[in-house]
Amino acid sequence: MRLRALPLIVALALISITTAACNDSSDAHSGDVVVFAASSLTAAFTEMGTAFNAANPDAHITFNFAGSADLVTQLTEGAPADVFVSADDSNMKKVTAAALNASDPVPIAKNTFAIIVGKGNPKGITSLADLAKSDLVVVLCAETVPCGKGAAKILANAAIAITPKSLEDKVKGVVSKVTAGEADAGIVFVTDVKAAGDTAAGVDIPADVNVISNYPIVVTKEAKHATAAQAFIDFVASAPGQAILAKYGFLAP
Amino acid sequence: MTLAAAITCEVGSLQLAVEFAVQPGELLAILGPNGAGKTTVLRALAGLQPIDEGRITIDGTVVDDPATDTFVEPARRATGMMFQQYALFPHLSVLENVAFGLRAHRVPKGEARRRAHEWIERVGLTDHAQHRPGELSGGQAQRAALARALATDPRLLLLDEPLSALDAGTRDAVRRDLRHHLASFDGMRVMVTHDPIDAFALADRVAIIEAGRIVQTGTFEEVTAHPRSRYVADLVGANLVHGVVAAGALTTATGAKVVLADAPPGPSFAVIRPHSIVVVRESPFASSARNVWPGTITELDRLGDRVRLRVDGVLPLTAEITVAAFEALALQRGDSVHTSVKATDIEVYPA
Amino acid sequence: MLALAIVAISFFALPLIGLIWRAPWSKAWTYLSDHAALTALRLSLHTSLWATALSVLFGVPLAWLLARTQFPGRSAVRALCTLSMVLPPVVGGVALFFALGRRGLVGQWLYRWFDYQLPFTTAAVVVAQTFVAMPFLVITVEAALRQLDTAPEDAARTLGASRWYGFRRVTLPAIRPALVAGAVLSWARALGEFGATITFAGSYPGTTQTMPLAVYLARETNPEQAIVLSLLMIAISFTVLVTLRDRWFGNRHDTAVLS
Repeated sequence: MRLRALPLIVALALISITTAACNDSSDAHSGDVVVFAASSLTAAFTEMGTAFNAANPDAHITFNFAGSADLVTQLTEGAPADVFVSADDSNMKKVTAAALNASDPVPIAKNTFAIIVGKGNPKGITSLADLAKSDLVVVLCAETVPCGKGAAKILANAAIAITPKSLEDKVKGVVSKVTAGEADAGIVFVTDVKAAGDTAAGVDIPADVNVISNYPIVVTKEAKHATAAQAFIDFVASAPGQAILAKYGFLAP
Repeated sequence: MTLAAAITCEVGSLQLAVEFAVQPGELLAILGPNGAGKTTVLRALAGLQPIDEGRITIDGTVVDDPATDTFVEPARRATGMMFQQYALFPHLSVLENVAFGLRAHRVPKGEARRRAHEWIERVGLTDHAQHRPGELSGGQAQRAALARALATDPRLLLLDEPLSALDAGTRDAVRRDLRHHLASFDGMRVMVTHDPIDAFALADRVAIIEAGRIVQTGTFEEVTAHPRSRYVADLVGANLVHGVVAAGALTTATGAKVVLADAPPGPSFAVIRPHSIVVVRESPFASSARNVWPGTITELDRLGDRVRLRVDGVLPLTAEITVAAFEALALQRGDSVHTSVKATDIEVYPA
Repeated sequence: MLALAIVAISFFALPLIGLIWRAPWSKAWTYLSDHAALTALRLSLHTSLWATALSVLFGVPLAWLLARTQFPGRSAVRALCTLSMVLPPVVGGVALFFALGRRGLVGQWLYRWFDYQLPFTTAAVVVAQTFVAMPFLVITVEAALRQLDTAPEDAARTLGASRWYGFRRVTLPAIRPALVAGAVLSWARALGEFGATITFAGSYPGTTQTMPLAVYLARETNPEQAIVLSLLMIAISFTVLVTLRDRWFGNRHDTAVLS
């Protein structure tokens, strides 16, 4: 690196540090709520945050969206969160087992699974049984993540054996491979099909084999703004909050 | 069967336009200052620098002629080149260096090694055949480079500043050595150098190059005697005297005696700079110079604020004096004069 | 200077020490001998070595082109060929889809004519790894070529060597230290590659699930195994980097003496 660029880099670094410091101080004044939410909630909760801010101009919501397991790891390591929402009960159990929660888990939504297929369903897939066809490229989530766990259970319930081409580390991996046209089908959350809009289509999975997952929410033990955090949880449970979740395909708890 | 070259090309800020020919067995020295285009001439002859205009013919084969889209790759030209810093391959032994060209020409390995060994023996590096170039002295590296360039039996040998990489202490011995080895090569040879001593000692003919143009050609003696410009006079205008040194004095073939300050015995040549020569009408008795020679002025040349005199006699010399001194002495062609020079002003080189 | 250097060393050493500190040593052997882990490791070594070989095969000529020839837009070509170093790997994976996927610019013809789909194959892993790894080789070798004295190459040509013969016997030995360094860097990058691989090739045990992918997935359910597998990867890379670096410094010393 040329030394000439050094002052510029130092200046940029200083600017970023000072601006970060500014944010910190303003945070302290307005009582910000940091929400750790499962990534499947990204779109719904972003809108939820805007609506909450409109109703509570004093409060400000900051989100950290990631896989539920990642969020649990971050919480365990002491990440500053006020609210935690998991995409399943098992990850929430890790939090309650470690006594990292200040309030009891409350379900705020349910999610269920669907088959995601390419735009216009070019391969004419109508049922789970179709996924077993050898000329189809099917991708699933790995069983270590909630969407993979669900898919495995559904296939077991329906007694269908398929050979996926890939076991993705997250549900978006399945969605993107189907929307990119590399895969013909996958099993994802209903909300993911909805979020994909017209780049993909969904095929329902019969309720008798489908799996339903819960989205429990808690105030964390380390919450700095417990009151505002509880206000946010109440907002999510309220009619306007539930309407937003429904809009993104979530089922009522 | 000659080398005929008409080279016009532009490299960076240099605009080169030269024309010359070299006969078999002849060594042409291209002499000039740094940046005059000397190395570019060699690179053009070797094919490392395609020319813009002109034509290069080696032994009747056109190797570069932009007008007819002719260009023979360096690998296919019958040229050998010795580079300025010798450019030996550092990771290969002397033997592998010398055998490289033969191997590149698909000579079988055993045959290539045998022929390389012959060359190594010829240049006296047998004991160093397995050494890497890094382990060689400057003179040994030069001989290895020469053997490498000659091993492929080129018709044209190119030498780029063959002695400039050497320190002053070894240069004289290596120059003598190089002359010996070059004598056995009967092809055409082109050498570039900025050192007139190299040109004098090694070349049959000299071409003076200045800013991309050849300003004068001829034997070294011709160029020395009749420099056509102040620049050439400065560059090559020195008197070079052959002879044998014994008991602190050099004696020429014509019997002239030159007293020297300090010189080892044996065949040598002495360099007497024109401006260190004193010209007087009468023999100077009260001078510290022990070298005084009588002669007759045969030529007078005015070059700027200087005048060059050709004084013929037992020791023919070219002297250079100021216009003021020239006018004070009122010298004319045919006048008898004495030339003298201090022993300490004379440089001596073993021949 | 020394104090800052020590800070730098600690910066790299502490996370490693952290991993070692948290590693469940009593169960390490069980995790390592796990069939799935071994499969991922074998696949990782296999694909990263292929990626390195391809990087050398195509990267050296590319470096030569950038270092030794003049053509309009050369800087743009250089920037283009090193773009994948700054591109987020996941974006790189998506871009590879658009180029070589079943509906990609080139991939659609492969699929249409030969019924060949590159994604989800081991070859796709190699392609993704090569895509992110080759720039390291190109940059290292190009720098070495630029610094290299061209006189020996010229000498080789006047001695009757074709460009290729001269390059192989004169230039390559001279840049060998840089070539080894570049290849090792590429290999290390390929071995650790995650984002482009999972995006473009997917993740399936034995076919496309390399060690980093296995570590990432294991982390969700079995963080202890993830740590052990990470340490194994680190140990392998560390050994290779240390041994090769020593050799390559030795070579550099040699050439310095000779030149």
